[in-house]
Amino acid sequence: MDFKTSITWLIPLFPLAGWLLWGLFGRYFKGFSGYLASAFIGISFILSVILFFIVAYSHGFTDTLYPWVHAGTLKVGVSAVIDRLSVIMLVMVTGVSTLVHIYSIGYMQDDKGFSRYFSFLNLFVFSMIMLVMSNNVLLLYVFWEAVGFCSYILIGFWYEKKSASDAGKKAFIVNRVGDFGFATGIFLLFMSTKTLNYEKIFAMVPTMPTLTVTVIALLLFAGAVGKSAQFPLHVWLPDAMEGPTPVSALIHAATMVTAGVYMIARFHVLFSYSHTASEVVLIVGTFTAFFAAFIALTQYDIKRIVAYSTVSQLGYMFMAVGIGSYTAGMFHLISHAIFKGLLFLTAGSVMHGLSGELDLRKMGGLYSKMKTTAITFIVGGLALSGIPPFSGFFSKDAILADVYNKGFYFAWVIGEITALMTAFYIFRLIFLAFFSESKVDKNLHVHESPKIMTVPMIIMAFFALTIGFLGIPPFNHSVFYNFLNVDFQNAKNFAPAVNGMPWYVLSSISVAAGLIGIYIAYLLYIKKAVDPEKIKTIFKPVYALSYNKVYIDEIYNFLIVKPLLVFFDFLWKVVDIKIIDGAVNGIAGAFGSFSVKARKIQNGMLMSYLLTISIGVAAVLFYYFIR
Amino acid sequence: MAFFMKYILTILIFFPAVAVLILLPINKKNEGLLRNLATLLSLVEFIASYYLFIYFKPDTYKFQFIEKFNWIPSFGASYFLGIDGVSLFLILLTTLLTFVSLLSSYRYIKDHVKEFVILMLLLETFMIGTFAALDVLLFYVFWEFMLIPMYFIIGMWGTGKRIYSAVKFFLYTLAGSLIMLFGIIYIFIIHYEQTGNFTFNLMRLYNTHIPVGLQILLFIALFLGFAIKVPIFPFHTWLPDAHTEAPTAGSVILAGVLLKFGIYGFFRFAIPLLPNAALILAPYIVVIGVIGILYGAFVSIVQKDLKRLVAFSSVSHMGFIMVGLFALTAVSINGAVYQLLNHGIDTGALFLFVGMIYERMHTRQIKDLGGIAKKAPILTVLFLTSVLASVGLPGLNGFIGEFLILIGSFRSYPVLTIIATSGIIFAAVYLLWMFQRVMFQDPHDQTAPYDHHLEFFDDMNLREIITVLPLIILMFLMGFYPSPFLDRIGPSVLHFLTMLNHHKILYNAIKIKTGLSNA
Repeated sequence: MDFKTSITWLIPLFPLAGWLLWGLFGRYFKGFSGYLASAFIGISFILSVILFFIVAYSHGFTDTLYPWVHAGTLKVGVSAVIDRLSVIMLVMVTGVSTLVHIYSIGYMQDDKGFSRYFSFLNLFVFSMIMLVMSNNVLLLYVFWEAVGFCSYILIGFWYEKKSASDAGKKAFIVNRVGDFGFATGIFLLFMSTKTLNYEKIFAMVPTMPTLTVTVIALLLFAGAVGKSAQFPLHVWLPDAMEGPTPVSALIHAATMVTAGVYMIARFHVLFSYSHTASEVVLIVGTFTAFFAAFIALTQYDIKRIVAYSTVSQLGYMFMAVGIGSYTAGMFHLISHAIFKGLLFLTAGSVMHGLSGELDLRKMGGLYSKMKTTAITFIVGGLALSGIPPFSGFFSKDAILADVYNKGFYFAWVIGEITALMTAFYIFRLIFLAFFSESKVDKNLHVHESPKIMTVPMIIMAFFALTIGFLGIPPFNHSVFYNFLNVDFQNAKNFAPAVNGMPWYVLSSISVAAGLIGIYIAYLLYIKKAVDPEKIKTIFKPVYALSYNKVYIDEIYNFLIVKPLLVFFDFLWKVVDIKIIDGAVNGIAGAFGSFSVKARKIQNGMLMSYLLTISIGVAAVLFYYFIR
Repeated sequence: MAFFMKYILTILIFFPAVAVLILLPINKKNEGLLRNLATLLSLVEFIASYYLFIYFKPDTYKFQFIEKFNWIPSFGASYFLGIDGVSLFLILLTTLLTFVSLLSSYRYIKDHVKEFVILMLLLETFMIGTFAALDVLLFYVFWEFMLIPMYFIIGMWGTGKRIYSAVKFFLYTLAGSLIMLFGIIYIFIIHYEQTGNFTFNLMRLYNTHIPVGLQILLFIALFLGFAIKVPIFPFHTWLPDAHTEAPTAGSVILAGVLLKFGIYGFFRFAIPLLPNAALILAPYIVVIGVIGILYGAFVSIVQKDLKRLVAFSSVSHMGFIMVGLFALTAVSINGAVYQLLNHGIDTGALFLFVGMIYERMHTRQIKDLGGIAKKAPILTVLFLTSVLASVGLPGLNGFIGEFLILIGSFRSYPVLTIIATSGIIFAAVYLLWMFQRVMFQDPHDQTAPYDHHLEFFDDMNLREIITVLPLIILMFLMGFYPSPFLDRIGPSVLHFLTMLNHHKILYNAIKIKTGLSNA
């Protein structure tokens, strides 16, 4: 093992060791497990940065740790691919993780499951790192499921609460629905390429029939729809807010939910060779972006607003990878990870200051009481709204400009409308929580969060302000593009630009959309030019639709869950007990009602009964031997 | 040592029986000694069986540790033992689970301790004998003898309708076995007619040429015997009853080892003896397997009794294994054999935890349980690990088996495999939902009679931790590092397929020669 491969495998080793240490011996570490866990992830972060520079100044590589599954024609190793795509992800994942870990020390301070929390969080970071590094589809799938499992245990962290353990279970099962597609895709992939190794698969893609490529791509995308909470499998993510808020920041905003986007970027060769599959990705992404923003407009739970916002922003990323702009998608992934992570951390800080309150109707005027939280939240909000010079402006615009220039005008229009809605809902939240008159419970002692929480927030805010400059438009001449796009050279250019609209025109439209959204929120909630209640009554059906999350949960419950349970009950009580077992007992009864007698006879006499059977067996054997 | 290695299989088979002789003179009131000694002896047996693993040569399909003596020369029956990579691990599983079961019964088995431990050890002898026998008659004798101790274990130490369940188990599997015996004898006679030799030697019987039509009839006979044992839908109804009412140790052995005999029978006897019939009938059996996967999962979801839920989950899991075996590809059969071991470990562990909960709560009704997680963190973590292994979570053993089965079967039966794959969703539903209700959910809104038990719910003690620890370790080991297992199973599977392909080619050649072929 040389230097760079040692570093590669050390990156996941630290969180893995952390998981075991705090998990097994957490009680001996007490409060220290938080600091040590943060330090472990911090080391992984430093190693990731070193690896980043190694790859940036030389070239990518692959390495196999040990052969893993060898059965018949299937040969799979535990192996890593380290290229520009994976090092960017590694730096982001470990970086955000470190900050979230530090923040958690403050947030989870008095929780009785303190060590358990850090143990799970380290396990998650380990799984996410491995997911990013995997060099074959099986390993990817393994850690794809593993991050899902970590999400399950962390959502249900406060398991005594039924809503929390329900939410964890729901996340796991909904993801399994997506993974069912994902697994089937892997089976088909293996059947058509006889391998699960990335390089070998990608080398064969150009020679494969388009239909096969399309089907595989769509099946893999089904997994992404589950993991990245796209319509119609988005239902688990808002409920996942039952978990501790730092978990939402790390798993349900910055890292795990972006795995679907990363997977498509990783499989860009496959997706770029199927026009149909890419189009489906674009359609699902565009629709979800709009749909989730629509729901976010009327929610009152601050975490749920940010959660729907995540679903919506992930939709943008899928738009990007759906039109073959993989680099733009990845840029938004990174910038979103930072500003959305920030929004969650600050939302957690609000909760912390208000003793767990999440309802916007019970907030207001918090700016004066928690300035750091308010300012960092606004930074995140501006980035989300796409206002320059915050990062969201650069990354969202990189996507929307490509969508327009590649001729997907309808998707572009939806994207701009969504941008307007986005700016509105996040500033509705900001105005209602931080500025309008206070509706906070008088008995509540509102306080700013401790330094251990605010410092990570400030660092995140700093990056939310600066990271965008890596993508100064025009995007395809920017630092980020030049760095990453080389990894996407093998993609087929299925959607060449048809339009050369200058970037500043498109950007102006986007910024205008964002500003209009903010202005409407200002009119409604600060100036009170129009009473929001009035708008509610005018657009009652639309409002109800948005407020009730388009009734998706209710529809699933009514159309799928309930009928299935009735059917399963029928299978058990009628088919199994009455028909199948009834037939068995009927036959037994016909043969001299053995079983009926046996039920009447008690222990002692069974011996003689058994003897009869043994004699019978012997007689049969005897008969055949003699013959 | 040389003597030990030469006769290791015989020693392993009869050591538990000898252990019974050691236990017999001990006064039955001396329960502590009986328990400890029996457990210790079963541990010795397990350690001894580990030598099989150490001295087993990988990279060959040939049977190893062969022992052969005349038994009843006039019928050509011999005492013929030997193991390949498949039976190797099944024997190790047997010795491990016997030890685990004995260790698990300290709290639950209070009456007739002497009888109990003696029956468990006798059962072990018969189980190992069945896996090691290469003579069909010898196999059959061990096979039938297994029923007797298990019958008593369910009937004497069971709960609820234990007599009904025991008799049902006994009669049902016996009925299947007798039909199977008929098939075996028939093959024996055909072989005699062809060669003029009486032999029960499996290796010789493999070379019997049987017309395809007759093969199908005989296959159905053998199928009934093995299918009931597996059990395959719709022959499964004895299983929920037997599992639910059996004591924990009985359930562990039943699920962990006895169910394996059905699949093993197909692998070792039915398919190689009647290859053409197997090839012709395989698609139908795969269909039945897929039905079993979904049916078992669906019915599990609505179970109200915790133990019955785990029992039905076995129907689903065994469906996966049947699909893998009858998809007849190298990858899928490797997966099926691997999953056979996994199912023994995972479901065995699940039954242990169900037993621990029952011993403390005195109820298995899911609606009466809840809130255990708060009381017993160790139990929660280890139980959850087993649940997840059973769900097929990557990193644990169940995943590898399931994945190999599905990816291997996909080539032969794409549509059926997709349907089978949907089983992974439902497995998550019934197991996680169960876990939530039993462990997490606040029991306050539930019936009061059990609150008292919950209040005094103690976490796992050292003995219980030692009981499940080997299984938990195996879950991780077999999930992260399957090569030691797959490397030894692989050659046997490959040989199995080679034999089958040989027959396929032969059969096709005959078809062409006799103009049977449609082409």
